[in-house]
Amino acid sequence: MAVSSDTISAVEKATKKYKYGFITDIETEFAPKGLNEDIVKFISKKNDEPSWLLEWRLKAYRQWLKMEKEEPKWANIHFPEIDFQEAYYYAAPKSDEDKPKSLDEIDPEILNTYNKLGIPIKEQEMLAGIVGSGNVAVDAVFDSVSVATTFKSKLSELGIIFCPISEAVKKHPDLIKKYLGSVIPQTDNFYSALNSAVYSDGSFVYIPEGVKCPMDLSTYFRINAAETGQFERTLIVADKGSYVSYLEGCTAPMRDENQLHAAVVELVALEDAEIKYSTVQNWYPGDENGKGGIYNFVTKRGACRGNNSKISWTQVETGSAITWKYPSVILQGDNSIGEFYSVAISNKKQQADTGTKMVHIGKNTKSTIISKGISAGYGQQTYRGLVRMQAGAENATNFSQCDSLLIGKNCGGHTVPYIDSRNPTAEVAHEATTSKISDEQLFYVQQRGLDPEEAVALIVNGFAKEVLKKLPMEFAVEAQKLLGVSLEGSVG
Amino acid sequence: MGTALQIKNLHVEVNNKLILKGLSLNIEHGEMAAIMGPNGSGKSTLASVLAGKEGYNVTKGYIKYLGNDLLKMPPEDRAAAGVFLAFQYPVEIPGVATSTFVRTSLNAQKRNRGEAELDAMQFLKLAREKAKQLEMSEDFFQRAVNVGFSGGEKKRAEVFQMSMLEPTLAILDETDSGLDIDALKIVAEGVNRLRDDKLSGIVITHYQRLLDYLQPDTIHILAEGKIVKTGDKSLALLLEEKGYQGIDGAN
Repeated sequence: MAVSSDTISAVEKATKKYKYGFITDIETEFAPKGLNEDIVKFISKKNDEPSWLLEWRLKAYRQWLKMEKEEPKWANIHFPEIDFQEAYYYAAPKSDEDKPKSLDEIDPEILNTYNKLGIPIKEQEMLAGIVGSGNVAVDAVFDSVSVATTFKSKLSELGIIFCPISEAVKKHPDLIKKYLGSVIPQTDNFYSALNSAVYSDGSFVYIPEGVKCPMDLSTYFRINAAETGQFERTLIVADKGSYVSYLEGCTAPMRDENQLHAAVVELVALEDAEIKYSTVQNWYPGDENGKGGIYNFVTKRGACRGNNSKISWTQVETGSAITWKYPSVILQGDNSIGEFYSVAISNKKQQADTGTKMVHIGKNTKSTIISKGISAGYGQQTYRGLVRMQAGAENATNFSQCDSLLIGKNCGGHTVPYIDSRNPTAEVAHEATTSKISDEQLFYVQQRGLDPEEAVALIVNGFAKEVLKKLPMEFAVEAQKLLGVSLEGSVG
Repeated sequence: MGTALQIKNLHVEVNNKLILKGLSLNIEHGEMAAIMGPNGSGKSTLASVLAGKEGYNVTKGYIKYLGNDLLKMPPEDRAAAGVFLAFQYPVEIPGVATSTFVRTSLNAQKRNRGEAELDAMQFLKLAREKAKQLEMSEDFFQRAVNVGFSGGEKKRAEVFQMSMLEPTLAILDETDSGLDIDALKIVAEGVNRLRDDKLSGIVITHYQRLLDYLQPDTIHILAEGKIVKTGDKSLALLLEEKGYQGIDGAN
């Protein structure tokens, strides 16, 4: 790809700004449209990164260039080709002048949804990016700043590291060098290569040997997560015998000017360690015609590296115009356990191609897949999963259950399970069902006093219950409401 | 007393076929009316139309309940206005605990009527009380609605829902079907406990059996889409003895 002279001059300008006022004058900071090595260097420099990491990014970028013709086409999703040179890869946070001044300036439709989800006013302001709402909201969400402070000191007492990944690169370079890209190599796939080249920031978690993290990490970051940007990078390492539960995302609807999101999440569980990773994703799905929604192309993978380790993914996917996502587990250690619990909704013109990969390498490894797909409106939903039993996976077992629920006549539900067993002692069981919300069910529930939308919400929550109960309590309550709100307009 | 439900000259089509052909019926506050009739006479159609099920096309006539034009109201508004249908075939809702279902229903009705909703503790207290009255174990609170219930359990669960929702018009659609005599007794006793001067009832049945326990105030024979005969208990006895052939206009 030739670097256009415009881009070069734009980068020159930007880097000039950097020289003179990068740190103090943060509001003027930006990278021009398009992607080339200069942009990658710019982002790396902006994060004040060591040269090894810049090289790491450049390697990813060069690989991505070679892969450009290999943008994955196998998923059951349809969208116009993305012009990667038309996108911005680094933008500074919005200046106060650009931010809305009060909730009055926010789309009433969004406010309406906030109210239905029961989000407090202060938090609504934060989510909507109102000027000056920042510090206040921390108080609103956590009652007082001291709660957040206590939280932080409690974690550091236990030796837990929980910080932006850009900070971890500086403070804990050995850990980052050792684990970054160790589960998902830069060149794993088209979108992970892109992410590796241009990721802006993300979270890093390290739980030391023997430590059980005493709280779910990241409800605290619920708000901050709103501005993590389109190329987020998360790395969680659970050392021997440790435990951590991590929550990602937010039930509140997120609008973002960046249409393309390509995050990478890597989990590493060493011997006897357990990681529980829960996601609620509710990005803007686009309008009735599917216009303007987010493309969510995420690579998530965990490695059960040690014996007796466990990784559990739970996801509630209700947003985005397109979801392409397969949180997976590599079961390397003997007796290790991988789990995937998923609820995904496709309403209006939403498309979701999601599932998991369970790769059994160690002996007596065990995986469970429970996937609940709900399609309504013109939504299309595909479960795509791979269960692979490697030759050494003696006595490994898998159980998969994929249920699809259809609402209305114009949606679709598809199940594409791949099973690849190379060990005769391994057991793989797969169950799948497709059902519709029947008129009888709807009438029965309405006869008891629920309106059609409440009736659908109730039935859908019942359908998804097995997965919802895997979520941490607070998240589960919100997710229940969210399922109802996401399906509004799907009946009647 | 006074009229609670007034059905006048009701004509109803299902799939372009006329099923109810000028049905008229008045039910007083506190009255328990039994509707009997041969298969295909339109008994279940009447129940469905009263509750507001889709697919029933009313071509003529009206239904007034407590002064409301029932046919203009969606099913959930009818429920909030006090109409309860005990289903002939109660529907399964996988994954939804019975207590969750009833609480959601009760609170939706209360919201609809502008009343205060019950919190979890208030609800549980009430549910326990009612279950006790109906001599039901609380085990079924956590079981998914009607999933894996026996025929008898389903019907008892319907009566439990009815006792929780406190309707003013209860329609029992062949509640006795599929019940053995013991289950029938329990269900009938449950319904009898709920009877008072505020509750009107329509009991749709084929059999005298249920009426022995429920002791309706009036009995109506429905045939060919119309009420052809109205009487008291003795009408049911006559029917038991002579069959529908023995009743004028019902054969």
